[in-house]
Amino acid sequence: MTIDDRDARTPGEPRTMTSGPGPRQTSRDLERYAGLFAARTKVMKSSAMRDLMALTERSDIISLAGGLPDTSSFPAASFAAIMSSVAVDSTARSLQYGPTEGLTVLKRCIAEVMAEEGTFVDADDVLVTTGGQQVIDLVCKTLIDPGDVIIAEAPTYPGAVPTFCSYQAEVVQISLDEDGMRIDELEATLDRLAAEGRRPKFIYTVPTFQNPGGTTMSMPRRRRLVEVVRERELLVLEDNPYGLLRYEGDPLPTLYSLEGGDFVIYLGTFSKILSPGVRLGWSVGPRPVLEKMNIGKQASDLCSSSLTQLFVAAYFESGRWQDYVNSLKEIYRRRRDVMLDSLAESFGPECTWTHPQGGLFIWVTLPEYIDTTDLLARALDEHVAFVPGRSAFLDGRGANAMRLNFSGVGEAEIREGVRRIGEVVREQVELYGTLTGSLRAIEPTAEPAPAEPDAELADVLHLPAPERRRGGGRGLREG
Amino acid sequence: MTRVAVLKGGRSLERQVSLKSGARVQDALERLGHDVIGIDVGHDLVTRLREVAPDVSFVALHGRDGEDGTVQELLEALGIAYTGSGVSACIRCADKVIAKHHMLDAGIPTPDFFAFNETAFKELGAADALPAIQERLEFPIVVKPAGQGSALGIKFAATAKDVPGALVAAFSYGDKVLLERHIPGRDLAVSLLDREVLPVVEAVPREEDFYDFESRYEIGRTAFVCPAELPEGVTARARELALEVWDALGCRGFARVDLMYCEETGELTVLEANTVPGMTETSLLPMAADEAGIGFDALIGRIVDLAHV
Repeated sequence: MTIDDRDARTPGEPRTMTSGPGPRQTSRDLERYAGLFAARTKVMKSSAMRDLMALTERSDIISLAGGLPDTSSFPAASFAAIMSSVAVDSTARSLQYGPTEGLTVLKRCIAEVMAEEGTFVDADDVLVTTGGQQVIDLVCKTLIDPGDVIIAEAPTYPGAVPTFCSYQAEVVQISLDEDGMRIDELEATLDRLAAEGRRPKFIYTVPTFQNPGGTTMSMPRRRRLVEVVRERELLVLEDNPYGLLRYEGDPLPTLYSLEGGDFVIYLGTFSKILSPGVRLGWSVGPRPVLEKMNIGKQASDLCSSSLTQLFVAAYFESGRWQDYVNSLKEIYRRRRDVMLDSLAESFGPECTWTHPQGGLFIWVTLPEYIDTTDLLARALDEHVAFVPGRSAFLDGRGANAMRLNFSGVGEAEIREGVRRIGEVVREQVELYGTLTGSLRAIEPTAEPAPAEPDAELADVLHLPAPERRRGGGRGLREG
Repeated sequence: MTRVAVLKGGRSLERQVSLKSGARVQDALERLGHDVIGIDVGHDLVTRLREVAPDVSFVALHGRDGEDGTVQELLEALGIAYTGSGVSACIRCADKVIAKHHMLDAGIPTPDFFAFNETAFKELGAADALPAIQERLEFPIVVKPAGQGSALGIKFAATAKDVPGALVAAFSYGDKVLLERHIPGRDLAVSLLDREVLPVVEAVPREEDFYDFESRYEIGRTAFVCPAELPEGVTARARELALEVWDALGCRGFARVDLMYCEETGELTVLEANTVPGMTETSLLPMAADEAGIGFDALIGRIVDLAHV
């Protein structure tokens, strides 16, 4: 009997192009495929420096570019024990489809996690999703028509940018300062848009330990934000992956839990408190919105993995999940302190950076003449990587900023990585000095090179520079 | 059946592009019935080559190592036949400054330029010469690293104020940078296969100001016109120039020559030549070959046949 598996293929099934007498691959295929692409692909952006970022994953690179939690400290024995218990106790269930909104056992765990931050929800009101990223996608799917406005922070979470773009949203970014999103600027922007007859569909914010900015929205701004959205009947998408990873200071309530939080869609995730590999996040929010998101999720993936939902539920049952979060906090707090100390040692006075009270990231601002995308090429030569700031903006800003992650690599690597970046920054500062020193002498009209950083230009976060700098302020706390 | 090692990836900034080119080349070689082994180039390259003992190495590496003669030198040392240009042509083409000097010597028009390494600025006060350079080149000035492909690190300086920052950016990619007169006009690419000139391709970016890294490699981001719709004399002249460049730089196998056509002046100028042009779905050489009736598989077959020790 001979079976020609090419013929056995059901219609529409993809065909492998790597072997056998496949079709002739010609460059005309390009035009042929391109002719089929949806209009939205023209504005779909994969990250501008995607190819450069791929290089940061090389094993000989110290990568401060990731956003990765440290999963190496998770006890292998518990992992194995929990997995076997799921395999034995829930064989059929874990291998089966589940309800779109998620398994009840997991939704109870989620209510417990949210209660830890003082936010109390009914487990029945939770929509389980495939990672927090899916919430962003579902919110856009539910609310955004092409051309609709989304308000985001400046800088914003780089991973949200491709989602916003693929729904053809127009994104307006509001500056951050050390107290989070500038609500005065937000209100002025809303007024301006209203005058143009436009109403944004939602405001996207990471209020606590912002990615990538590292800042936290103050209590007065939180209150004002929920007031503003209630007055104007807009929605807020509150993205809160890091809230439980606080290393200093007092916890602040979530926007969702505030008076007026009925215009807030809350996004949570297990990625940073347990594992991004389980791909589980969740949303709670106004019921009509969540119902539409549920329908959207049916279309996207029917349901999230039953296997990992049961794994997480079993994990919560097996002991105090808070202990693992606390152990992570210990590790990350030390790493953050090492990074802050290293920045103070290795970066010159022309650079500023944020002092996050939690989370995973520090945002560094360099002199305005340094382009961090180009700098990354130079840094890769020194086997070190970061995320160029431009990826956190849709409007070309952020060219002189970078995001550093302190959760994914050990203390010695953080020290060495920051030292190497500091070195290449210093090189460029010196070179610029050499280049402009003579230019200035010859062309009195040219603007002098800023010996001190121009706060307006150099700092896209508009942070008060002095206390952020070397030797100053909170950057040098005792480890 | 020929045993072909496809060298791809590597540590250059164009690694991802090279992986795409390499994968496509491998597919074609398999369809042609060759015994194909892909090698992601790294520390163990020599060991891997000795293990695989290929009849031919297909160099699908772009940028550093693969396009600057380094890997070619290694293949010669090992006595392995390889595709494309030899060591000397790679050296001449990979450094835009050397390439431009060879073109000037051969009477081939290339935009006016000045080139410096970092030492010139640090030790010789070359910055003092910038005003004179700016006066001669006129703004906007294009600032680019001498050794980087795929438009990485290229900046346009609109005024004197932009020049230092643009230089700092370009020096991120290597020790030598060039300041070049900006030629406004249309982007043309003329590919050659074994000294045969293929139809001219014009790349028309849909949005960006110029043909940058992203628009080069993302399907649908750039419109390609092949054969380029140009006045008859211009097409003939572009083809002629490409062949002159091929000869002046000593290319072999295949290459792509990038030119600018300024409609106002009717002038054609040569920007650079690439000894390992892209082989991705959006790459220009395969497109030109296809237009000439040479399909991708046939093209790859020809390139392998032209391999030399």
